[in-house]
Amino acid sequence: MKKAMSLILASAMVAGMAVPAFAEETTEAAGADEGKVLNIQCWNDEFKSRITDHYPGYEEVDATTGKIGDVTVKWTITPTDDNAYQNNLDAILPDNANAAADDKVDLFLVEADYALKYVNSDVTMPVSDLGITDDDVADQYDYTKDIVTDSDGVLKGLSWQACSAGLIYNRAIAKEVLGTEDPDEVQEYVKDWDTFNDTAAKLKDAGYKITSTVNDTYRVYSNNVTEKWVNDDNQVQLDSNILKWVNDSKALVDAGETGTADLWSDEWSQGFYKQDQGGVFCYFGPAWLINFSMHSDEEGSVGYDGGWGFCVGPQSFYWGGTWICAATGTDNPTLVKDIMLTMTTDQDVLKEIAQKDSDCVNSKTVLAELASDDSGNLAVLGGQNPYAVLAEGAENVDMSNISDYDQGCNEDFQSAMKNYFEGNATLEEAVDQFSSAIVEKYPELTADGLLAGAEAETETAAE
Amino acid sequence: MKKSATAAAGKFNHRAVRYNRWGYFFLIPFAVVFVIFQLIPLITTIYHSFYEYYRSGLKWIGPNFIGLENYKTLFSSGGVWQYFGNTMILWIMNFIPQIFFSLLFAAWFSDTRLNLKGQRFFKTVIYLPNLIMASAFAMLFFVLFSNIGPINSILQSIGILKQPYDFLNHKWSVRILISFMNFLMWFGNTTILLLAGMLGIDTQLFEAAEVDGATSSQVFWKITLPLLRPILLYVVITSLIGGLQLFDVPQVLTNGTGDPMRTSMTMIMYLNRNLTTSRNYGMSGAISVFLFVITGALSLIVFKVAGYGEKVK
Repeated sequence: MKKAMSLILASAMVAGMAVPAFAEETTEAAGADEGKVLNIQCWNDEFKSRITDHYPGYEEVDATTGKIGDVTVKWTITPTDDNAYQNNLDAILPDNANAAADDKVDLFLVEADYALKYVNSDVTMPVSDLGITDDDVADQYDYTKDIVTDSDGVLKGLSWQACSAGLIYNRAIAKEVLGTEDPDEVQEYVKDWDTFNDTAAKLKDAGYKITSTVNDTYRVYSNNVTEKWVNDDNQVQLDSNILKWVNDSKALVDAGETGTADLWSDEWSQGFYKQDQGGVFCYFGPAWLINFSMHSDEEGSVGYDGGWGFCVGPQSFYWGGTWICAATGTDNPTLVKDIMLTMTTDQDVLKEIAQKDSDCVNSKTVLAELASDDSGNLAVLGGQNPYAVLAEGAENVDMSNISDYDQGCNEDFQSAMKNYFEGNATLEEAVDQFSSAIVEKYPELTADGLLAGAEAETETAAE
Repeated sequence: MKKSATAAAGKFNHRAVRYNRWGYFFLIPFAVVFVIFQLIPLITTIYHSFYEYYRSGLKWIGPNFIGLENYKTLFSSGGVWQYFGNTMILWIMNFIPQIFFSLLFAAWFSDTRLNLKGQRFFKTVIYLPNLIMASAFAMLFFVLFSNIGPINSILQSIGILKQPYDFLNHKWSVRILISFMNFLMWFGNTTILLLAGMLGIDTQLFEAAEVDGATSSQVFWKITLPLLRPILLYVVITSLIGGLQLFDVPQVLTNGTGDPMRTSMTMIMYLNRNLTTSRNYGMSGAISVFLFVITGALSLIVFKVAGYGEKVK
């Protein structure tokens, strides 16, 4: 009964969206006989603000509409939570070619965690079909192309970001506890996990937490795995490095050196602000995190006075990044091509994005340029220039171990492990809970003996 | 004379039939809505529970007939009994205080000797929490009871706690919060129902009891409660069915996980987990059928216990 209700509600929503926009009466066409409405699907307003700020000729009309020439741009924003964004795409993309002209999705954005799912499907258009050549994208980092290359080697999306990430530390706390705020010297205190955990104890003695929550370090471990979450036989496997995250984190939590809050929660973001006592030594993230999420424009935040520093951290990793994909069936191919090229290959635009939004942009030339002089100095980092570190990280990112199921696995694994960290379950019980959760989410998978597998792997690695 | 009487009667019957036809016309909207939104979904749910039918990425798997496979998987994992237990615990924890306070308030409001002032005001106030959306209410509690929320701040500043108490990571505190929210949301509604039932009782009975020198507790136990039985039964059954379908409050409060260790995951939350990502109609159908059977069985038990199997006295 519930199910049918939700089906009906969903179709009512789709029908609601299908009501044509009466706004476009103009007959003048921008790209000959191309569509009058450019529909873009995304999960937040990051890309929208990039387009608003940097795409020539874009005019904002209101929160969800804009104009490029006489083409109306319609933004549909569906949050990622609980898979809602993907569910929305899954519902509309397969039939996109048959949708009414004004309702056809033209562009949609994807994240690395589930990019493969769309890339390996016909719903995403090869960029070569739009007229984008290999030469156009030669300056981009290879890993950003690997993520959106399908199993036949066809490139199907582009990104303006190279999201190599690092450790973002609070300079004041570093100076007080470690006696230095210089990135190279701080790096010595966090250069590998053992040193990192020793530093945690030092910080604890001074009344600070090393990270806000265990989930901060999760991506650093999970990016350095040696096997995929799901193998070719649809079996879930637990990598030894992820098990290491569990063990290291449990020790930190038990020692009171970090918390267990969810990422993005209020509790997590407390360390963004200066505090009279206590506080968080570091966060892990790419450049966009500082700019987009750490409230650096608010007075009283650490970033407001340039209080953050940036170094590589225990292991290099990447986080996030947004890829622009063209939907099969788009009726605005010329405009789509132009947006993709302008936003991801135009060096002037990219440099502007780097300077205004602190994005680590996807261009070897621009990053080298930024690293070479003061133009890459970031105010939130107290004038530090992180681009040399970021560019090096981007070269080292290895994307060979991503699978279609990463988002679901990462999400369910972290929430199951929280029970172990909080002392509500043994490690075994928590892993079992993850096993049942992941099979509920993806019935085609099997998840047995995860813990035994990971432990065996750890032992062989140790020998 | 006789002839005309029968003719009149015939005419009358004929008219009655024609009026009856209008009755059926007026039933059409309900019947159509019922068939489309209730009956067909009900049948397809049962039907799909025997099939393998879900979405894998962008592809649909099935529908393939697999007999009782879904039921086997459902019961072999054992989780479903835990979630059913959770649901019942959460319902009982909210229903006992709810019925207690509702009966108390209804008795006070209907008591002519007490003659409480400002009844309308209080009736409105106790009903108000029901007007807030359950998810908004849960979100509010989530913020209030978080580690850095106001409740922990207050408890720390008045010296009851040294460290913040993690309400959302302890089994019983989460359950108590959920039950408390449901209690707050529903006791006003129940009070109004019971009050209506009590006001329907003939006042002569109360007066007679008073004349005979009965105490107010005797009046309550010997007169009010027995005569309230039909309405009480209605309240128990609707609350039970609502309780078995408990979803929004725990879903939002625990962010869909039912943590710690799924001790607050209800049947419908479990159903939701199988439905949101994979659209697993087969397994969800099996869960729904299980819930349907349980609801029917429990309702029957309540009926029997309340004595409705016996002849009406």
